[in-house]
Amino acid sequence: MKPALASLRLPRISKVESFCIIYGIRAKIPTTMCLAIPVKIVSIEGDEAEAEIAGVRRRISIALTPEAKIGDYVLLHTGYAIGVVDEVEAKETLKLLEEIASLSEVH
Amino acid sequence: MKFIDEYRDRGLAEKLARRITDHSTKRIRLMEFCGGHTHAIMRYGVRQLVPETIEMRSGPGCPVCVTATTDLDKVIALAQLPGVIITTFGDIVRVPGSYSSLQQTKAEGADIRIVYSTMDALGIAKANPDKSVIFAGIGFETTAPTIAASVIKASQEGLENFYILSLLKLTPPVMRALLDLGEAKLDGIIGPGHVSVVIGSHPYEFIPKDYGVACVISGFEPLDILLCVNKLVEQIENGKPRVEIAYPRGVKPEGNRKALELMQEVFEFGEANWRGIGNVPRSGLKIGERYARFDAQKAFPLSLEPAKEPKGCRCGDVVRGAATPLECKLFRKACTPETPVGPCMVSSEGACAAYYQFCGLSSPKEGK
Repeated sequence: MKPALASLRLPRISKVESFCIIYGIRAKIPTTMCLAIPVKIVSIEGDEAEAEIAGVRRRISIALTPEAKIGDYVLLHTGYAIGVVDEVEAKETLKLLEEIASLSEVH
Repeated sequence: MKFIDEYRDRGLAEKLARRITDHSTKRIRLMEFCGGHTHAIMRYGVRQLVPETIEMRSGPGCPVCVTATTDLDKVIALAQLPGVIITTFGDIVRVPGSYSSLQQTKAEGADIRIVYSTMDALGIAKANPDKSVIFAGIGFETTAPTIAASVIKASQEGLENFYILSLLKLTPPVMRALLDLGEAKLDGIIGPGHVSVVIGSHPYEFIPKDYGVACVISGFEPLDILLCVNKLVEQIENGKPRVEIAYPRGVKPEGNRKALELMQEVFEFGEANWRGIGNVPRSGLKIGERYARFDAQKAFPLSLEPAKEPKGCRCGDVVRGAATPLECKLFRKACTPETPVGPCMVSSEGACAAYYQFCGLSSPKEGK
């Protein structure tokens, strides 16, 4: 049986959308309570940092991720970084996805 | 955008879906615990993409949906007190309580403000020293450390007028409660990604050990979810359920140590009241002794009328995975996003709202 591929919706995030996400403007886009998005740290001042996504910047708290450095991507949730994105693992997951995908081509 | 776009690759998604279809022979039922997953699964069309053998159910992971009516009544009663400003996250204001909603209470003159972050609530407290600013804290382990951080900050800055009404809930205890009920008959659980960023993967070990149910922690992009489903199918087909992390760029087995430390400093375990499930011991977080003066529950004692549940609403069954929104008589009739009867239709991560928005009436697999 073939999967219903037509159902797949894969929207790209627009600049307007990312602005709404980072500023928590829920009326514009459906955001969810446990939503966290990867944002890049551009500067740090004590337990606060300036973070950027798609050219949109805002001040965030890094009180929960004291290990975060400039250039790191952190998962931003309600104004707080809750974790630092592991770039090595991110690459590994993409590799794993490619591997699984290539297995499906054998059929 | 980095860490988002590459996990939305159509070619990879289609191949992954094919792989899942080829390998899924047993009829299985999976539950996504997290409301964020419910939303993503419906939004990206993942539910229709997986083969007939896989049934997907939503779980109790939408914080607004599982907030009990009694707790909502409490927030509304606090909002009606003189000199009080209620701050909270968005969706909850539209949920009907027993006698009113926060939105209606606001229209009647109460000062209720939607904030994006607990930092904003602190700012409101600083700007209004003659008012009591209460943050109605709903959420799971993802949100709990941010509330803990705000309490510690308020304490350090000597803020006298900032309070927390903690309605925070914990994921593993309610998973156990659901599995004990056994009515959802699950084979696998799509573990909540951002809760797990905070608590890690160890707290879920009891799921395969005590219940023989597979648990794979997932990210929120379509490829993350498909990878998770693929791993769950593999585990279940092989008869070897275990806890696995399919979102290692965010989740470490030990979680976020700093966040857990702050939670431990501020909170203690307490009973929580879950809509549709009832009181579950040690499934909630209350403000502990050390920060007791920030506890709105203690600072503003209330006597409330007994709660009234909306008639005919099946949100309680929906959050337990015992029914899909389509099995509710009110769905799309009396209950719509414009006139929600229950919280699952209000919150964008509620199963009813997600079904309403993304599940077309013409879809042949809608009732699946």
